[in-house]
Amino acid sequence: MRGNLKMKEKKTLDLNRQEMPKQSPHIRRRNFKEVAFGYTPELAIAEAKRCLQCKKPFCVEGCPVDINIPGFIQCIANEEYTGAIRMLKEKNCLPAVCGRVCPQEEQCEQRCVLNKKGAPVAIGRLERFAAEMEVIKAHIEMPEIDPPTGKKVAVVGSGPAGITVAGDLIMLGHEVTMYEALHEAGGVLTYGIPEFRLPKAVVQREINYIQKLGVKLITNFVVGKTKTLKQLLDQYHAIFIGTGAGLPWFMNIPGENLNGVYSANEYLTRMNLMGGFQYPRSSTPIKKHKRVAVFGGGNVAMDCARTAARLGAEKAYIVYRRSRQELPARLEEVENAEEEGIIFQFLTLPTKLIGNENGWIKEIECLKMRLGEPDDSGRRRPIPIEGSEYIMPMDACIIAIGNSPNPLIPDTTPDLEVSWRGTIVADEETGKTSIDRVWAGGDIVTGAATVILAMGAGRKATLSMHDYLSKSKQK
Amino acid sequence: MFEVIEKEMIVPNLHLLTVRAPEIVEEIQPGQFVIVRSDDTAERIPLSVSDWNPPEGTLTIIFMEVGASTGKLASLKPGDSIPTVVGPLGRPTEIDKFGTVVCIGGCYGIGSIFPTIKALKKKGNKIVTILEARSRNLLYWEEKMAPLSKHLFCISRDGSTGHKGHVKNSVEILKQNKIIPDRIIANGCTFLIYKSSKDLADFNVPIIVSLNPIMIDGTGMCGVCRVTVDGKMRFACVDGPDFDGRLIDWEELLKRRKQYVNEEAFLVHNSGCGGI
Ligand SMILES: Cc1cc2nc3c(=O)[nH]c(=O)nc-3n(C[C@H](O)[C@H](O)[C@H](O)COP(=O)(O)OP(=O)(O)OC[C@H]3O[C@@H](n4cnc5c(N)ncnc54)[C@H](O)[C@@H]3O)c2cc1C
Ligand SMILES: Cc1cc2nc3c(=O)[nH]c(=O)nc-3n(C[C@H](O)[C@H](O)[C@H](O)COP(=O)(O)OP(=O)(O)OC[C@H]3O[C@@H](n4cnc5c(N)ncnc54)[C@H](O)[C@@H]3O)c2cc1C
Ligand code: SF4
Ligand code: SF4
Ligand code: FES
Repeated sequence: MRGNLKMKEKKTLDLNRQEMPKQSPHIRRRNFKEVAFGYTPELAIAEAKRCLQCKKPFCVEGCPVDINIPGFIQCIANEEYTGAIRMLKEKNCLPAVCGRVCPQEEQCEQRCVLNKKGAPVAIGRLERFAAEMEVIKAHIEMPEIDPPTGKKVAVVGSGPAGITVAGDLIMLGHEVTMYEALHEAGGVLTYGIPEFRLPKAVVQREINYIQKLGVKLITNFVVGKTKTLKQLLDQYHAIFIGTGAGLPWFMNIPGENLNGVYSANEYLTRMNLMGGFQYPRSSTPIKKHKRVAVFGGGNVAMDCARTAARLGAEKAYIVYRRSRQELPARLEEVENAEEEGIIFQFLTLPTKLIGNENGWIKEIECLKMRLGEPDDSGRRRPIPIEGSEYIMPMDACIIAIGNSPNPLIPDTTPDLEVSWRGTIVADEETGKTSIDRVWAGGDIVTGAATVILAMGAGRKATLSMHDYLSKSKQK
Repeated sequence: MFEVIEKEMIVPNLHLLTVRAPEIVEEIQPGQFVIVRSDDTAERIPLSVSDWNPPEGTLTIIFMEVGASTGKLASLKPGDSIPTVVGPLGRPTEIDKFGTVVCIGGCYGIGSIFPTIKALKKKGNKIVTILEARSRNLLYWEEKMAPLSKHLFCISRDGSTGHKGHVKNSVEILKQNKIIPDRIIANGCTFLIYKSSKDLADFNVPIIVSLNPIMIDGTGMCGVCRVTVDGKMRFACVDGPDFDGRLIDWEELLKRRKQYVNEEAFLVHNSGCGGI
């Protein structure tokens, strides 16, 4: 596609990045609908036309799955939406998801040549647009599937890593069964990232799609409990483990077991997976607190604070021990949170949670911090300011300081090598683990990371698995 | 989907539910639980497994109707099916040759302790079973326990079973019968296992209780089931549900159990025993 580009007329640089229409902050703060409406075709075409169709597209280098970015953008510019989606899906089976949640400002868009002028092409928004057009046109193309190979594969975990592997291997003619511990598939996309950022219908569509391709989905099945990995190995030629990083960290400060103190996972699961926002229509309760403090500064923390605001909190705080510059969350989400009235308490460390006589949290004690020298992560280290303790009245706290991998599978699989952090040790290029016929990828290997990196790891494992399956003589 | 084979109210407010879940049945061990959803909008609720039948691939739960989700389970009929039965979850109860084991069951715990008693008996332990209920008509399965037990005592608050009182009275019953336990195991509502841990502490032996905090996923993902045991944070769904009752921070646990009382009251106007 890129070969026959018309690059004759020299383009003038258009630095007018098309904004994506959004719900206005005071309205969206009160509902759970998606914040951004997405591009209209007019906006998308205008944005697509800004792309310079670089001969050496640096943007592609920034994409962990090597999407042909100029190619699909050119299709949009030419209103060839089917071509755009086909090109995207060649490399990325979840464009509707990645277009929404990829940290583009650190990946593809950061590398875009127009970024030097401060206006990179809105690659993510265009990716999302192409995926939406496919749905609007109600024409989902079914790809051709290779003839059956007779090889059986189990995929454990149905997050982005698992979905990628399942989707890829089924197309190569293998028989794929995907196991999921929860009652719904999708991993963090389903139980973690809120509706207002990634509608559940979008995720469900992708799950339905791979099921239509022939992937067999078994929910309510905990590998390591319902059956061990070893038992599955007897039934399958190869296994991929993509079980994510789902074990919540706590802070180890007094009062963490008070009522009204949640892990981010609990709060978001009640909300998303269990449909808490529809309570009492669904029967899993979620509390509506007036003053909520979220500890942490990543995407997870933003999601919790913005959820709390939508549930009616008058004051929703982000309590973060460094400054705004060090916030690990995506900039777009920080800005959205600010617009929605989330209160940021930077350079603040919670030190104690204080309860009332019924065991409910009533206030938190915090310590002021200042920034010192950069640490290993390159970010400036927060240093407590002695004697700066102060008290804030609070009705709920959500701890969003990170997750580590769940040990259920390693604990029941003695010869599976894990690191001191609890992550499964897997070859970076192939995803092979210490056990023959077992591959792993995604957050279970890297620790909590991103959707696209999990998918990238899934893609690498697929290649290695397919290579093995094609050569294997095993019946 | 999981098929309902049997549903019966065995005593007032306590129901027996048998479902087909062959893959779980192949793996299950005493002391483990499953998480169940009765329909697509229902909560995920943890329930201990009280019996299972490998040839049939079925497992049996005894549950008390306390709120919306158990209410929905109570209204099931054979032939219905439910969307979620996941397990077996939690660590199995430790089974070994301990000597004399006193097994205390109350409420749904009469059912859930039965597999433990069977396994302990098979290992050659001397079993002393103590069942506790408000009244005689709330007792069940004595006939299943009796053949496995060297002694079987039934304590009821109104004395209709012979022994009047609460679990506290088991101390004098044991002393009168010159029984010196090597281990005590208690299953049932939080109040019963709490009282057992306190009242029988003087025997100075492990008092293994099966905790029942609020849970969501049952796999260690959400942390709602956290309890403090011996000063450390533990997740009941993966580190338990069995812990030594002497080491549990009961005050904290009892408060955490009541977190959703207001919301649940909204869903059901008259819940059973208040749920603790
Ligand atoms: C609130 C939140 C917001 C985020 N926001 C972003 C964002 O904006 N952009 C971004 O790129 N990334 C974001 N992330 C990170 C991203 O979601 C993860 O990096 C990604 O989902 C990892 O994918 P995965 O497939 O490795 O695992 P997961 O998505 O965690 O999926 C693992 C699945 O395996 C299942 N499982 C676990 N153990 C077992 C078992 N024993 N048997 C069977 N199944 C099992 C789990 O239930 C789960 O469904 C966010 C994460 C969270 C929590
Ligand atoms: C490991 C484990 C094993 C259990 N085994 C059994 C069993 O074999 N039989 C049985 O009858 N019950 C058992 N329980 C308790 C059972 O899970 C609760 O009674 C049930 O969740 C209540 O659901 P509900 O919607 O009907 O009541 P709700 O309306 O949710 O609540 C009614 C009352 O129960 C309390 N409660 C709410 N959710 C839970 C919860 N997840 N766990 C405990 N209490 C809760 C509430 O505080 C409230 O006071 C077990 C719990 C655990 C953790
Ligand atoms: S997948 Fe992510 S990084 Fe790659 S092009 Fe799309 S938005 Fe950019
Ligand atoms: S670097 Fe930017 S301008 Fe160049 S091809 Fe990629 S998106 Fe287009
Ligand atoms: S139930 Fe979620 S961690 Fe135990």
